[in-house]
Amino acid sequence: MNPASADPGSTDTGMNMVEAINHALTSAMVADDSIVLLGEDIGINGGVFRATDGLQARFGKDRVRDTPLSEALIAGLPVGLAAMGFRPVAEIQFMGFIYPAIDQIVNHASRLRTRTRGRLTCPMVLRAPFGGGIHAPEHHSESMEAMFAHIPGIRVVIPSSPARAYGLLLAAIANPDPVIFLEPKRLYRARREPVTDDGRPLPMDHCFKLREGSDITLVSWGAMLKETIEAADMLAGEGVEAEVIDVATLKPLDMSTILDSVGKTGRCVIIHEAPLTGGFGAEIAARLACEGLMQLLAPVERVAGWDTVMPLPRLETRYLPNVERVLAAARRTASYS
Amino acid sequence: MTRVAEFSVDRIQLLDAAGVLVGDSPDVARDRNRVIDMYRWMVLTRAFDARAIALQRTGRLGTYASSLGQEAVAVGLADAMERDDVLLPSFREHGAQLRRGVTMNELLLYWGGDERGSDFSGARHDFPCCIPVGSHAPHAAGVGLAIQLRGEPWVAVCVFGDGATSKGDVYEAMNISGAWTLPVVFVASNNEWSISVPRSAQTACETLAQKAVASGFEGVQVDGNDVFAVREVANRALEKARSGGGPTLIEALTYRLGDHTTVDDASRYRDDEEVGRHWKQEPVARLRAFLTTTHEWTREDEETMIESCHAEVEAAVEEYLATESQPVESIFDYLHEKLPSAYAGQRGMALGEEGDR
Ligand SMILES: Cc1ncc(C[n+]2csc(CCOP(=O)(O)OP(=O)(O)O)c2C)c(N)n1
Ligand SMILES: [Mg+2]
Repeated sequence: MNPASADPGSTDTGMNMVEAINHALTSAMVADDSIVLLGEDIGINGGVFRATDGLQARFGKDRVRDTPLSEALIAGLPVGLAAMGFRPVAEIQFMGFIYPAIDQIVNHASRLRTRTRGRLTCPMVLRAPFGGGIHAPEHHSESMEAMFAHIPGIRVVIPSSPARAYGLLLAAIANPDPVIFLEPKRLYRARREPVTDDGRPLPMDHCFKLREGSDITLVSWGAMLKETIEAADMLAGEGVEAEVIDVATLKPLDMSTILDSVGKTGRCVIIHEAPLTGGFGAEIAARLACEGLMQLLAPVERVAGWDTVMPLPRLETRYLPNVERVLAAARRTASYS
Repeated sequence: MTRVAEFSVDRIQLLDAAGVLVGDSPDVARDRNRVIDMYRWMVLTRAFDARAIALQRTGRLGTYASSLGQEAVAVGLADAMERDDVLLPSFREHGAQLRRGVTMNELLLYWGGDERGSDFSGARHDFPCCIPVGSHAPHAAGVGLAIQLRGEPWVAVCVFGDGATSKGDVYEAMNISGAWTLPVVFVASNNEWSISVPRSAQTACETLAQKAVASGFEGVQVDGNDVFAVREVANRALEKARSGGGPTLIEALTYRLGDHTTVDDASRYRDDEEVGRHWKQEPVARLRAFLTTTHEWTREDEETMIESCHAEVEAAVEEYLATESQPVESIFDYLHEKLPSAYAGQRGMALGEEGDR
């Protein structure tokens, strides 16, 4: 199927995450011609993951541009474009190559509104695939979302399903401020689900409750929700009903959904692929300690990647948290008294 | 008006596409054994490449970047280098790495997702592959500075692609190397493509070599499918750097005959006609033609060599496939010289021990 050729508005029987992203971009570009796409190999090649497949043919080379190989530029160009009234959506080919762009994000995109007191703004989206699990070469598998969540003035959004990728990307594009949109590439083609291509955004700045339960709260985002939900299903077989929360927008964090859930369950495990220390789980655990301590019936646990350099593919599965680790932590937490 | 500066860029070719010497014949071309030696490294590189792709296709190697068509750049450069010079490759210089003593098993381990592939048994000072494009160029300047500070006669050789020349760090590295007269040779291996982006979309410059001009040193173009010319130009640049003359940028004109990597499909963005045209320029056939006409290279010689290259590759593949994965604690044990005690808990958990958190 050529995702770009599907009719906007039609209800497709199934899309994977890449196709959902492609449809969201298409829908946004049809509705708003101030949207331009920038990035390496996003034109005729449709992006190395095909997220922009067919878009240059449809919207032309002015609106879908291949840039030279230069990540500082890919983050910096949109700042200029956005300040001039465009809505750039730029793609960093892999998160591993985003680091030259950090200067632009920290020093410019994130603070243009603040430093000009709203005279100039920066409605840009920077998309980047991230995370492990696809046996990719060196530097292609890390999860460094916490670094971005540390930066004041940007939003950090991570979808965990095709439908949320579709709706959240539309929300990110419509948003008047900069959004770092991190796409868990392990999920790109993992699963298809019906996605209504109606151009409707999903709310950012909100967690999504993926499963109701009253015994324990499992908090995660991105690719690790797969293992988290698997663990929740297995826990159900053991008589433990887990509530599963997809954080989705790391910054700003919707802590109240998490606090409400933990208020009900009294127990919480946070699961992420990124290294433990300074990972975004630390922020959630700290907020629970600050704001939810009296509701807690057990210590908060974190299941995370090790504090090591991400191994090359042969040992990758020994780095990424697996269902067993999630289950072990959840069992300990659920049975703690 | 006064003209304050003028620049030009030369292109050097010694062996044309038909394998006929043009211009001055380099000494090495007259030495049959030396030519055969270079030819063998190129043939071996190509045999390795084909086997690596086959391994990837059958799930026994990770994503692999083929060097098909670019063997002369790698081998010509490495042939000109001294053992103690330092190579800083990007990820398509398999021929140079092999020629400098990296083993095929090590290359397979790296591309198969095992860190031991970057722990070279030979070429101990050479840098590992650099995947973040162009980010190794500043290291080359650092290596050059170290060599300069110690007063040694060695040179840092940094190879990157045409795409990499658009990156700031590449320019920053060239700029400082010019300013400090560092012993560095930069090699832009211009294979005309940066995945799907053609060279013409990277820069409005007529040549990549001229990017040296803004850094205050010489840039030169060479026919990168002509191993004699690559070797010659590299020799000159290396000698200049060795004797305190500072850096050079060599733009090697070559072509990526294969896909960008094993996960790319080049037919999406370039046509067969273009690729076919470049097959007529490729470096291995060119050198074979030269050997045949000049050094009585026979069909039997050719067959014997190909057979021995395949045997060498097969032996390496067997060794690679028989290599057990590293133990899980290796994830931790190279993080620091001595693992700080703070990591003991996580290391234990990774090993499956019940660690405290
Ligand atoms: C900084 C950075 N950005 C993007 C990538 C993804 N990528 C890998 S190779 C490549 C193209 C490189 O082109 P070029 O420099 O011409 O080298 P070639 O692959 O042709 O040898 C890209 C975009 C990367 N590895 N590093
Ligand atoms: Mg190239």
